[in-house]
Amino acid sequence: MNEKIAKKAVVVDGQEIILNGEKNILEVAKKANIEIPTFCYHSDLSVYGACRMCLVEVEGRGLMPACSTSPEAGMVIKTTTSRVLQARRMIVEFYLANHERDCTVCERNLNCRLQAIAASLGIDEVRFGEREEKLPRDTSTFSLVRDPNRCILCGDCVRACKEIENIGIYDFTQRGSQTKVEPAFGKKLSEVECVYCGQCSVRCPTGALVVKSEVNSAWEAVLDSDLMVVAQIAPAVRVAIGEAFGLPPGEITTGKIVAALKKIGFDRVYDTAFSADLTVIEEAEEFFRRLQKGERLPQFTSCCPSWVIYAERNYPFYLENLSSARSPQQMFGSVIKNFIYEAENTPREKIVSVSIMPCTAKKFEARRPEFIHDEIPDVDIVLTAQETIRMIKTANIDFKELDPLPFDVPLGAGSGAGVIFGVTGGVTEAVLRYAYERLTGQELKEVEFKGVRGMDSTREAEVDFGGRKVKVAIVHGLANAQKLVKDMRSGERYYDFVEVMNCPGGCIGGGGMPLEYPDYQEVLRRRAEGLYNADRLSVVRKAQDNPSIKFLYEKWLKEANSEIAEHHLHTHYYSRRRISDEMIRIQEAKSAQKVDIAVCVGTSCYLKGSYDLLQELLELTKEYGVEDRVSVGATFCLERCTEGPNIRINEEVFSGISKDNLRQIFEEAVLSKLVAETH
Amino acid sequence: MEIEKESLVLSRQFEKVNAILRKYSHNVDNLIAILQEIQSEYRYLPEEILTYVATALQVSPAHVYGVATFYAQFSLEPKGEHIIRVCDGTACHVKGSAQILKAVRENLGLREGENTTSDLMFTVETVACIGACALAPALMVDEEVYGQMDEEKVQQLVDHLLGEGEKVDAV
Repeated sequence: MNEKIAKKAVVVDGQEIILNGEKNILEVAKKANIEIPTFCYHSDLSVYGACRMCLVEVEGRGLMPACSTSPEAGMVIKTTTSRVLQARRMIVEFYLANHERDCTVCERNLNCRLQAIAASLGIDEVRFGEREEKLPRDTSTFSLVRDPNRCILCGDCVRACKEIENIGIYDFTQRGSQTKVEPAFGKKLSEVECVYCGQCSVRCPTGALVVKSEVNSAWEAVLDSDLMVVAQIAPAVRVAIGEAFGLPPGEITTGKIVAALKKIGFDRVYDTAFSADLTVIEEAEEFFRRLQKGERLPQFTSCCPSWVIYAERNYPFYLENLSSARSPQQMFGSVIKNFIYEAENTPREKIVSVSIMPCTAKKFEARRPEFIHDEIPDVDIVLTAQETIRMIKTANIDFKELDPLPFDVPLGAGSGAGVIFGVTGGVTEAVLRYAYERLTGQELKEVEFKGVRGMDSTREAEVDFGGRKVKVAIVHGLANAQKLVKDMRSGERYYDFVEVMNCPGGCIGGGGMPLEYPDYQEVLRRRAEGLYNADRLSVVRKAQDNPSIKFLYEKWLKEANSEIAEHHLHTHYYSRRRISDEMIRIQEAKSAQKVDIAVCVGTSCYLKGSYDLLQELLELTKEYGVEDRVSVGATFCLERCTEGPNIRINEEVFSGISKDNLRQIFEEAVLSKLVAETH
Repeated sequence: MEIEKESLVLSRQFEKVNAILRKYSHNVDNLIAILQEIQSEYRYLPEEILTYVATALQVSPAHVYGVATFYAQFSLEPKGEHIIRVCDGTACHVKGSAQILKAVRENLGLREGENTTSDLMFTVETVACIGACALAPALMVDEEVYGQMDEEKVQQLVDHLLGEGEKVDAV
């Protein structure tokens, strides 16, 4: 070690840098204005150290990975030596050998870290052959496309899904040259527990995981003069779309987006912040009713579609606690197809409703059968920010220079409260702004609830509503939400109102947002700031003060939670299976006249002791001597988790099975069938 | 009668899976040991049992699948009661192990892409070396080693395994 260097410093490429708690050499190098290339490093995920792109030379130690080497005082680090360059070039060449080379027709063309790094290293030849075997692409979901031929096995998606969401749908499988990253049993994304959030695709450095594009259908709609195309723009995208056109993250480009969409050919452009205001009122009123009756508390927010699917699959005991209010996207969809069409004097089937979203799971949400009436969906097309950017580029619009345009009237304007829906804590703050005035009857002077803001994974606050103290919690990232729910179930924590967002930072960190930043956390911080700025600049900052909202209640909905509102703006939830089509065969009937019994051993039923019921059932078949006529199997979910344990006898599902009623059900539903059939 | 026997086996196997999970206190740290014991029960790792194991251990099915596919000792395909391992190490390879493999497969009536007979009696695999280079070309039937094989000897051996013809002496 060099003794001339100041006590707590290292030297990076000849520049002395004072250490100040940097975790690794990457962070130290950044202070010397050196951005070391990485594939598998993300500051919010665990350090994996596998891609080896970040190799640097440390004096006296040789080549070291910058991501997983802590800086030590006195270190002399060189980030660009001939050894480093040779190693990086070789590594990239190996990656390219295993990677599809059809860049020009890849979704991530010009937006791909592998491509960018290869270009910066000046790789002009791949000396190795191409992969012969072509693996099938997975296009099974509405949200994402997985192309294993473009995967470079960096494992970013594996860790994102495990660490941020604690779902873990991907893992490394096989070994050596056969290694793959894939879901269990090589299944499709639609067949596993994917919540379609796209956090994997946000971190994928190549085109192996991309947003499923609906750009073509959007073009078809806007170019068809027979159709009236109505867009809604989600809060989060207004502070991010500019990033793709050279504007800094967080810059508010709402007016430019409206102008661009109008140029493209959208007939009407509205603001999802408007329907967020609607959500605030409907959801808050629902909350008051529950609070008064002291039932179905805590109330969970339901605007995040990934959280909703996750809860439907895993928390049957909380389905009643989810707010029945639809998400802002679906509320606006419903307003378009049930109210605006009339005002526009256009038949419902001639209206195409397009939402511009930060989110890949919104594509799934729009296809939920609850939101499709007579085969007409409330939201026809969901474009993520990425797809919207592509359309703007296809139309050759000079986005940066566009003069801003306002939203269309009368339902265009959203309040500042609606705008902050896009950031974690925003829904809670928006609801508090409404709730305070509604419950105390006094005007809220200081509208900013700073206590619920910030990026801490779980935040809590207590608000005094004229004597009634209400405890709220805000959580983002499903892994954090799972911890919170666990504590709530065990009685360790209690809340009245819980806001859950699947993505870190809330919608500003959505799976469909613009990609590729060296410092993603900083981008999230600036996007959040952008939304809070947009709120501050709003004339109207409370949902209840929004004149368009007043107009809609007057003209259509009458009052919050009215029958019309319940019908058009609320929904319900279902237990959903996590694992599809798997059955463990335990006893096979040999007779043609048989009864099939399936006992659910999915998580919920398993924990309620369904395995013991299974044993008991096998005993019963023996006791009655009908083993040869009763098939018994174990299945993974009958989608009635709240009422479990469940069993299915032929096609009929029986719930609430216990040792006490099993014999009776067996006699009535199984034996009777066998007797009937023998006669 | 056959089906009744199969039912018994199925039910006994599933009870065993639960006993194995209990034995390892439902702890995912013991996943490899759990999979080994389940495989010795089923002779392979059925997909739905792996999913059940993941549910019981409260980990994702992808995690269990990743471990199950990493190790060559685990099989996700049903294996035959007897495993025939044809050695394809250097010595055996040079001495014509390809012919031996072909002969084994033909005599068992295996079609291309098939490694297990339809009656689940035999599975044919190749291995890199069984340490019997002096006896090349060699193969193993379960734990028994047979050396200096040729096509005729293979036929004799398979006939015997199928319950016909004379016994072939193992090493």
